[in-house]
Amino acid sequence: MKSSVITFPGSNCDRDMDVALNKFGFKNKMVWHNDNELPKSDLVVLPGGFSYGDYLRCGSMASKSKIMHSVINFAKSGGLVMGICNGFQILVETGLLPGVLLRNKYLEFICKNIYVKIDNKQNPYFKNLDKDIFEFHIAHNEGNYFCTKDQLNEIKDNNQIAIYYCDKNGQTDEQYNPNGSTKNIAGIFNKEKNVLGMMPHPERMIDQSLSGEDGSLFFKNLINNLK
Amino acid sequence: MIVNEKIAIEHGLKSNEYKKICDLLKRNPNITELGIFSAMWNEHCSYKSSRLHLKKLPTKGKKVIQGPGENAGVIDIEDGDAIVFKIESHNHPSFIEPYQGAATGVGGIMRDVFTMGARPIANLNSIHFGSPQHKKTKNLLRGVVHGIGGYGNCMGVPTIAGQTSFDSSYNGNILVNAMTLGLVKKNKIFYSKAAGLNKPVIYVGSKTGRDGIHGASMASASFDEKIEEKKPTVQVGDPFTEKLLLEACLELMAGDSIIAIQDMGAAGLTSSSIEMASKGNLGVQINLNKVPCREAKMTPYEIMLSESQERMLIVLENGKEELAKKIFDKWNLDFAIIGKTTDTKNIELFFDNKQVANIPVNTLVENSPMYDRKWKKSKLPKKNKIKKDSLNSLKIKDVLKKILSHPNICSKEWIWQQYDHTVMGDTIQKPGGNSGVVRVHGTNKAIAASVDSSAVYCWAHPLTGGKQVVAESWRNLISVGATPIAITNCLNFGSPEKEENMGEFVECVQGIGEACEYLNFPVVSGNVSFYNQTKEIGIKPTPSIGGVGLIKDYNKMVTMNFKEIDNIVMVIGKTEGHIDQSLFARSILDEKNGPPPEVNLFNEKNNGESLLNLIQKGHVKSAHDVSLGGIITAVSKMSIKGNKSIKFNKSKNLINEIYYFFSEDQGRYIIEINPKDLKEVTKILDQNSVYHEELGIIIEKDMIINQKTKVTIDELKSYNSNWLTNFMST
Repeated sequence: MKSSVITFPGSNCDRDMDVALNKFGFKNKMVWHNDNELPKSDLVVLPGGFSYGDYLRCGSMASKSKIMHSVINFAKSGGLVMGICNGFQILVETGLLPGVLLRNKYLEFICKNIYVKIDNKQNPYFKNLDKDIFEFHIAHNEGNYFCTKDQLNEIKDNNQIAIYYCDKNGQTDEQYNPNGSTKNIAGIFNKEKNVLGMMPHPERMIDQSLSGEDGSLFFKNLINNLK
Repeated sequence: MIVNEKIAIEHGLKSNEYKKICDLLKRNPNITELGIFSAMWNEHCSYKSSRLHLKKLPTKGKKVIQGPGENAGVIDIEDGDAIVFKIESHNHPSFIEPYQGAATGVGGIMRDVFTMGARPIANLNSIHFGSPQHKKTKNLLRGVVHGIGGYGNCMGVPTIAGQTSFDSSYNGNILVNAMTLGLVKKNKIFYSKAAGLNKPVIYVGSKTGRDGIHGASMASASFDEKIEEKKPTVQVGDPFTEKLLLEACLELMAGDSIIAIQDMGAAGLTSSSIEMASKGNLGVQINLNKVPCREAKMTPYEIMLSESQERMLIVLENGKEELAKKIFDKWNLDFAIIGKTTDTKNIELFFDNKQVANIPVNTLVENSPMYDRKWKKSKLPKKNKIKKDSLNSLKIKDVLKKILSHPNICSKEWIWQQYDHTVMGDTIQKPGGNSGVVRVHGTNKAIAASVDSSAVYCWAHPLTGGKQVVAESWRNLISVGATPIAITNCLNFGSPEKEENMGEFVECVQGIGEACEYLNFPVVSGNVSFYNQTKEIGIKPTPSIGGVGLIKDYNKMVTMNFKEIDNIVMVIGKTEGHIDQSLFARSILDEKNGPPPEVNLFNEKNNGESLLNLIQKGHVKSAHDVSLGGIITAVSKMSIKGNKSIKFNKSKNLINEIYYFFSEDQGRYIIEINPKDLKEVTKILDQNSVYHEELGIIIEKDMIINQKTKVTIDELKSYNSNWLTNFMST
């Protein structure tokens, strides 16, 4: 399986994602934001970081990068595009995903382990996973997902909510919401489920010496789904 | 403008120093030249009060590749790898403008490290604030934490450890010390020594603005009521540009174009160009019209003294200009050829086709003032005679609650959760442990780092305090299973012009030196920050020690959380019951006098090395050094982290129970071992003559202190975890 990770000026989780993808069997290529063409890919990843220094709005300038034309076309033709953290912010700025990401409710950067509950497994990212609750890791300042009432109804109707913040038993109460996100939303899909944006960093949970191993489960499953 | 003594004094120079400048130049300097002298001769850049004493520190060792004098120190971690590291203060700017002050402190130290060709892999910090009751404390703390996070998080470098304390002596002068570690191949280290004639001098990075002019001079003076007027001397940081600068520099460094490179930190273009010329015994000629400026009509004086951030100066090989420019263009950074190296041994500046400065480089560096300031020796204070009655009324549980929730002991999670500590995917010990630990990417090796200071001990007796901080750093590295290699130090003191403060400095340095020498733990880099003083009141002497150690196989790393029920908990090192200057004496008995605990370097070395041996043999399941708050505080933290606790044995020690639990004798560690290893562990410790004692066994939930006293694990957690969060949310 071939993957591409886009590096924008200010991306800083691009290498971590490269390490994770290669570890679980992807042949990954790093792609510079100023390139025109995407290499042939089964998966395109927009990594975390501070593209363009978060100036203007997080993800806004990156969404207008040269390579993003190709990424958008790739997504529209059904290709798998995953945005993590700043990548998620970029995806909402392109309009591939609905809604926006506001500053965290308590106006502070948060770096810690959290639990998420997978709501919908009818998609190439999560199908065949044999559990619903994952321990993931977040590190962000702007992860407070917000959308209009109409948008919320629409994404609910279309099963677009990918993961919710919860406790280790899957309770999705407000107290387990680290950043003030609407409905505890930690990640969403586009209507077609080929585009996924999420705040947690699975690439930081890929061996037992790190914060945990649930990221390994995610990547192993993902590559098997794509085979 | 005609320069005279009055103007020189306004620049922070003394009248004898001004006279010396005129003698050296054999004429009066012009205003640009005066600015350059004032920048190079201030305390921050010239180390004029400290040089004499710093020379006495041990700086050499088998593992030392580069000691003090470069942008940062470098140590060998085998297999062709090296670690570049340094700690630096940004105290004065952080008090004036906490966010930008702290942020640019972090940015500056990272630049020092990647200037040498190393990719930063970990950040640490040591931050000290005034009393929690002081009206400025909360805002300063919030601003500093946001600033450190704002810069480090954006750079994508994990902040893996730190230290925070509160003490009223910092009410008017907070301390912000930032440390960075970088990883480099031994054969790709870059230095700041220029070489060769007519080599192009290149300016890269951000444009030069009017920010930070006289920053280094400001950091070389005490504060008074006009402090708000100093805001324009604080630099403004842009971590995004620095991230681009990092990637661009490392890309250029992969080739062989660079002869010398130096970041523009304190005193900006002035000190960077002069240092490169001085080290290479060369001259340098700069055309200031070529310097990329952010604002119109900047004068030569302003260009030379600006401390705008995210800039580098490079001496390039001839013919490599195009290649270098292409890389900086790719990263959207300014690139300008602003001058060349010469054989005049002078710094010559031109602006609008006129020469605006011409100064022999050696007058700025070798001939800079050096003072043997007067200093006062401190006596070891007499031991307190604490009346036993005052202890009888105390209940251990109440005392433990107060100690665990004390601002200087409580959990600092509110702080470190705001720092990205996991980016780069190699952090295997997060903040809140003995040391932060990161893997050397793609290998089985890991690097442990810790930053420590003990201002109270240094204040009570500087010589002992200096030794103690080094010993504590050493213990923090040992506790995770790392072999200590070297330290960097950030020496924060009051005014060197006062004999008491200068004495504190001299004796702390002596203590640091003795401990480093004995423990074979050399100093490879550092920085001195004097004048942490508002009017007549100086801070408690606060040397911060950043220690670095190597773990050859990270699978053998040890953490501090209790692991398994029924395991045995032991204390290594003898508990004599030294209570003076302990947190217990100061915060429970309100007793501020007496000597700090004695540091026995033989025991430190012996106990530490023996423990490391046990760890390498796989006998140690968890470990924590005993420091502030004594045995019971250390055990409580291990319980909280492991969600298990301990049933204490009845102490065989004859000393009072409170003394036993809360005294701060040095050289001690708490370790957890499996009962089946007890015989072997005891044998090894006995063979090495290391004092040890069984403390108790690990049990499921409650800490059982004695027949009458029980503390639940939830109580321990609530004592420890709430203070800072509550303080910051009210």
